[in-house]
Amino acid sequence: MAELAALRDSFGAALVEAGRRYSRLVVFDADVCTSTKTSLFRDAFPQRFFQMGIAEANMVCAAAGMSTLEGIIPWVSTFAVFAAKRALDQVSISVAYPRNNVKINGSYAGIPTGKAGATHQSVQDLAIMRSMPNMTVIAPGDAVEVREAVFAATEFEGPVYLRTTRHPTPIIFPKEGAGFRIGKGVRMRAGGDITIIGTGIMTARALEAAACLKDSGIDARVLHIPTLKPIDAGLIEEAAAETGRIITVENHSVIGGLGGAVCELLSGRAPVPVHRMGFPDCFGESGDNEEIFLKMGLSVKNIAAAAKNMLGGTDSVYHNG
Amino acid sequence: MREQSNINQQKIIERLEVLSRHIRRKLIKVVGRIGSGHLGGSLSAADVVTALYFHYLRIDPDNPQWEDRDRFVLSKGHATPLYYAVLAERGYFPDSWLDTYDCCNSRLQGHPDMRKTPGVDMTTGSLGQGFSSALGIAMGRRFLKKEFRTFVMIGDGEFQEGQTWEAVMYAGSRRVTNFICIMDHNGLQLASTIEDGLPFFPVRQKWEAFGWHVVEIDGHDMKSILEGMDAACSYTDGPVAVISRTKKGKGVSFMEQSVPWHSQAPSRAEVLQALKELGADEGECEEWLS
Repeated sequence: MAELAALRDSFGAALVEAGRRYSRLVVFDADVCTSTKTSLFRDAFPQRFFQMGIAEANMVCAAAGMSTLEGIIPWVSTFAVFAAKRALDQVSISVAYPRNNVKINGSYAGIPTGKAGATHQSVQDLAIMRSMPNMTVIAPGDAVEVREAVFAATEFEGPVYLRTTRHPTPIIFPKEGAGFRIGKGVRMRAGGDITIIGTGIMTARALEAAACLKDSGIDARVLHIPTLKPIDAGLIEEAAAETGRIITVENHSVIGGLGGAVCELLSGRAPVPVHRMGFPDCFGESGDNEEIFLKMGLSVKNIAAAAKNMLGGTDSVYHNG
Repeated sequence: MREQSNINQQKIIERLEVLSRHIRRKLIKVVGRIGSGHLGGSLSAADVVTALYFHYLRIDPDNPQWEDRDRFVLSKGHATPLYYAVLAERGYFPDSWLDTYDCCNSRLQGHPDMRKTPGVDMTTGSLGQGFSSALGIAMGRRFLKKEFRTFVMIGDGEFQEGQTWEAVMYAGSRRVTNFICIMDHNGLQLASTIEDGLPFFPVRQKWEAFGWHVVEIDGHDMKSILEGMDAACSYTDGPVAVISRTKKGKGVSFMEQSVPWHSQAPSRAEVLQALKELGADEGECEEWLS
């Protein structure tokens, strides 16, 4: 059993670490810091932490304004649903359009958000942020990678959206480091029969599914795509050419996120069948995390079954409705 | 002494009055030539913005990114005819740029773009956002312990945006200083009067209830503008709201307090009449026609 850690905890700790290195790194919160874990930064650097109240629109623009002053690097942190939807026009006009140097943490992404239900389960943020010109979009795979992504985003000049999640999820990279670089994908596992591409916390499930498939004699390649934009086109095109079949798995709608990005890329340059796994164009709901994953067809078994199905077989688990 | 100071003040007023009439003619010529642009709100704000750029702002047009400069954010971003006419007059870019306003590949976009136009401190155009951005600049000033001042101009219709109240609440409760918000209170919005749009009266009491110090001025009387802005700039205990009572389309009889002139383009004949009303002589009119 892999060790578990929550991305939000690692994010909060990394922000403090980055804060020690960069004296003009500041953090904005809209009354969710104890949930997103920017409370760690608040406690470490109270003078550099701005509590804006439950007012996301004002928060995003204030951060954009402050970013225009010499060397200030604002991190704006709230739930992904609010960063991507409630403050959408603010992110678009005050951050992305003028390329202001604001970093956005969209926390509580997708399913593992406790029992809060559809209002708090962000399943559109990747699609929204990816469609925004000038925006870099990152969905780290585990607690190790999120730390590196915090530093990479801080050091990058321009707007960045970073997606984090609430509940503990498997650690997929060695403690020494994930080697994260903006725009770079990672081949997590070799294989020539089919490629399963994961982003965010779903790469862990893709790896588990690949291990199951190995028992059935199927060699599945697994790619991890932590940067949705700019996407690692070379790595994905190579996998398409070499394995001929692609499955994408994301903790997000099947529209506009990883699946959308991969299809946009391959349709023009290396068309192969792509099966997209994620929220099937629906909102989420309350429930136990694993129950919701299963309901959305995002269990490890679902992924393995989809691979077998794509390779010509059928499997009842895949058709669980 | 006092007499001398009064004479000096009178000279400043006269100079600014001449300038603001010149700016009005300048912006009308631009809109008349291009056939687009928001005249009503440009003319209502013309006197105050002229006073800011030619009397108050500590800026250096040769060094637009000077770190210690005063900041100005035009949150009512549609008033670019005024903004660009003033920035050109102040020396940020040549007048010839004005001929490209609103055109493809121009550095002068329909709404202010901080990456394309020298002198623009913040990209604006979606109402409410510039106010919050200016707030962030003022917060950053305090964080960096700088001395500069942040001025922001909002339209009165902008009071209807929810985001505006978030910024008003924050600045007032946290006593953000060196932060002056000028409300261009002309009483009209795009499609109607404020009264018919969504009224928010009484205005002064609302600002005060949110912890702002309030100064009221006649936004078309240079003496009133200078007295009010002097008072606003010398207040050090928190944010200041300058309620500038103005007329939309001010200076051109047929545009004044007329809802359609929010963004209507004038005909050639209308441009000529406007220029004459604003003191243009025959030579200036002919020059524009050619």
